[in-house]
Amino acid sequence: MSEDINENKTIQAQSSETISGGETGVAPDIDYVRPAELADQDLYHGHTFITKWVFCQDAKVIGVQYFLLATFTGIIGLILSWLMRLQLGFPGAAGFMTAEHYYQFVTMHGMIMVVYFLTALFLGGFGNYLIPLMTGARDMVFPYVNMVSFWMFFVAVGVLLASFFVPGGPTGSGWTLYPPQAILEGTPGSGMGIILMCVSLILFVAGFTMGGLNYLITILQARTRGMTLMRMPLTVWGIFTATVLAMLAFPALLVSALMMTLDKVLATSFFMPTILKAGEVLEYGGGTPILFQHLFWFFGHPEVYIVALPAFGIVSDLISVHSRKNIFGYRMMVWAIVVIGALSFFVWAHHMYVSGMHPWFGFFFATTTLIIAVPTAMKVYNWILTLWRGNIRLNTVMLWCLGFIVTFVNGGITGIFLGNVTVDVPLSDTYFVVAHFHMVMGIAPLMVIMGAVYHWFPLVAGRMLSEKLGKWHFWITFLGAYSIYFPMHYLGFIGVPRRYFEMYDSPYITSAVGMNQFISTSAFIVGAAQFILIYNIVVSLKIGKPAGKNPWQANSLEWLTPTVPPEHGNWGDKLPVVYRWPYDFSVPGAKEDFIPQTTPPSEVVETEVEKT
Amino acid sequence: MSSDPKIEGYKFKPGYSGMAADTASDQTMFKGVHWGKAMMWIFLLSDTFIFSCFLISYMKGRGSTPEEWPNPSEVFALNAFGVPVPLLLIAIMTFVLITSSGTMALAVKYGYERNRKMCGWLILATALGGLTFVGMQVFEWSKLIHEGVRPWENPFGAAQFGSFFFMITGFHGTHVSIGVIFLFIYAYKTFAGHYDEGKRGWFTTMKGDYVEIEILGLYWHFVDLVWVFIFAFFYLW
Repeated sequence: MSEDINENKTIQAQSSETISGGETGVAPDIDYVRPAELADQDLYHGHTFITKWVFCQDAKVIGVQYFLLATFTGIIGLILSWLMRLQLGFPGAAGFMTAEHYYQFVTMHGMIMVVYFLTALFLGGFGNYLIPLMTGARDMVFPYVNMVSFWMFFVAVGVLLASFFVPGGPTGSGWTLYPPQAILEGTPGSGMGIILMCVSLILFVAGFTMGGLNYLITILQARTRGMTLMRMPLTVWGIFTATVLAMLAFPALLVSALMMTLDKVLATSFFMPTILKAGEVLEYGGGTPILFQHLFWFFGHPEVYIVALPAFGIVSDLISVHSRKNIFGYRMMVWAIVVIGALSFFVWAHHMYVSGMHPWFGFFFATTTLIIAVPTAMKVYNWILTLWRGNIRLNTVMLWCLGFIVTFVNGGITGIFLGNVTVDVPLSDTYFVVAHFHMVMGIAPLMVIMGAVYHWFPLVAGRMLSEKLGKWHFWITFLGAYSIYFPMHYLGFIGVPRRYFEMYDSPYITSAVGMNQFISTSAFIVGAAQFILIYNIVVSLKIGKPAGKNPWQANSLEWLTPTVPPEHGNWGDKLPVVYRWPYDFSVPGAKEDFIPQTTPPSEVVETEVEKT
Repeated sequence: MSSDPKIEGYKFKPGYSGMAADTASDQTMFKGVHWGKAMMWIFLLSDTFIFSCFLISYMKGRGSTPEEWPNPSEVFALNAFGVPVPLLLIAIMTFVLITSSGTMALAVKYGYERNRKMCGWLILATALGGLTFVGMQVFEWSKLIHEGVRPWENPFGAAQFGSFFFMITGFHGTHVSIGVIFLFIYAYKTFAGHYDEGKRGWFTTMKGDYVEIEILGLYWHFVDLVWVFIFAFFYLW
């Protein structure tokens, strides 16, 4: 082949993938796509304000609703983290802050950020908006249930926030809610607080299941003609696998929350051993607290990947579009996502190394944990190789993607430390752990969310966000996040324990005082910087540059709708037909540096470009 | 739409690589399968995990409580003509529930044959079977409560016996009850001809189709299957 190319003056565009259609013996029709298997979807179009914007069945509106509500709860989580940092950096500066309040804020911050912010934002927000658009469906397969899913989430958030206003306040048992202390007197919010937390989690799981079934079945059974599994954007793969994890991991959370509620309300002893309190035997007895830890972490570890896998998928697409190159090793990326998802069910007990487990048990979980590093590292290499010699557009979106790679590698490496039992035991319950998980599943996915917001805002709103504000936002957040979490690793090494309200006079860690002040100050700045984004969005909605169609010259279907922003039903009269994967960037010989998924091979092959 | 997995113009490819290609092909992964059926299967997979968590917790709880576990063949015995017969009630309950699975399967068959009357009566029979099951469960619960078994204690031994028993059979009974409610609704819709005319659903605004009966049937068979496991773990262990 190479000799032929050398002899010809022109290059024929080599489409990366064409459908092998047509019968043998007949001249093959390279544009052949099988006829539609299913009848067009029969949608309910709302006419009133309520059916169009409130109880709306359009996945795009539901996605935006999810996004806004999750962001709202996220801001509450952010404010709680400010209050915590205020106490840690400058003890006593906030007069009302007691140790009880501090524990309540720690708990609510953790639970809100992991479940009600990140999970809801990635799967509920991006999932709803992007899945039908990217797979070429008109909507989710069961729009009514999808709508109910959001309103269940709404109620769950309401119940969660109601716990701030009940006697005793919200639960203060840490986001892991370990019994027996979570429901015993002495722990803040051990009355109504913990009950409302459990009820809220049960509602969240029920609501999420309704949405999750829609995401999965829309991807499996409602793709458009030509959209094979291996032509789906990695965003869809990431959200798909994360949803599978959620469908299999949330049951454990549901069961543990239900059993905890019964322990509290009916005084059963699922998780409660015999307890002596001030010489008095409590009514509990015979239960096993370790069971809760197993159930919780059987949910808890896949939960990490429920947050991470959509981020992996989205960042792959963003990097590919903005470096004008196909994603390196697409199939490897898909399989890495699937393998990481599968492995994530076999590592949960690495959160329990100090629970008194048998050393061989810990050895097994250390091994599985370290094996996950292999597919994860593959993904990181592939992102870097996608960037390698790409035509990089160093815009805000790309900056967030680069920020993600750096923070993710950083947090991942400390994960390898903590995966080993012998290293983990001394570092357990120190700020090293806090730094690790904030870096790897806080900051890194957040970078992707920010990148995704700057990338898809033009699609949702039809206007561009301000690049200038975006760059300010990125640099403050990126440098600030490092100022927060880098010193925290050191705090962990010198043995500062996490979850302590105040260190008082601890001579062995005097060096932590100044560092805590520095971290807190950075946290205030980084938190405040997030309001740049909100300002940017509000202003750009009014005066942003009109985006027009496909402002990033992307290939995937969501940019190829007849109207921008897309209307209910997405595709107008005719569903799109897909001929290729979404990564045909800079194809040699093609006229433009991108070939949208709907461009038939014949159109590409017929263009001939002179060799330069 | 029938449950015939053939798609016009689509030929399944031979061998494992063909199977992989068919699975990864465009539009649908499960060829000719109604989306609702696929959705029910995935939901049931998730529900399987819920019940597995319950039963594994039960095994762990039973294994680690220091007090003695009550003897199921004594606790669950029923006096018939003055003789305590172990597991008598449970045997009848199980028989009724499994039989209702059979009538459900027949209802699906008559539904696809568009035999509206037979289909409706069989759904009704299934619903009555489910109702009988729940009724007997209520009887069993009241008997145990009468004997002093509570979620937090029981006179026969470990307190966890009552906790797990009421929680797990209660969760399963809730599943059966929800199924019974839907069976009654579907029986009404069948008799009223909603599936023949494709009448739109009250809330979902989707056109009715006999496939819905098969989807509900999947759920019903699953609930029965779960009962078999609960039966084995609670009453036979």
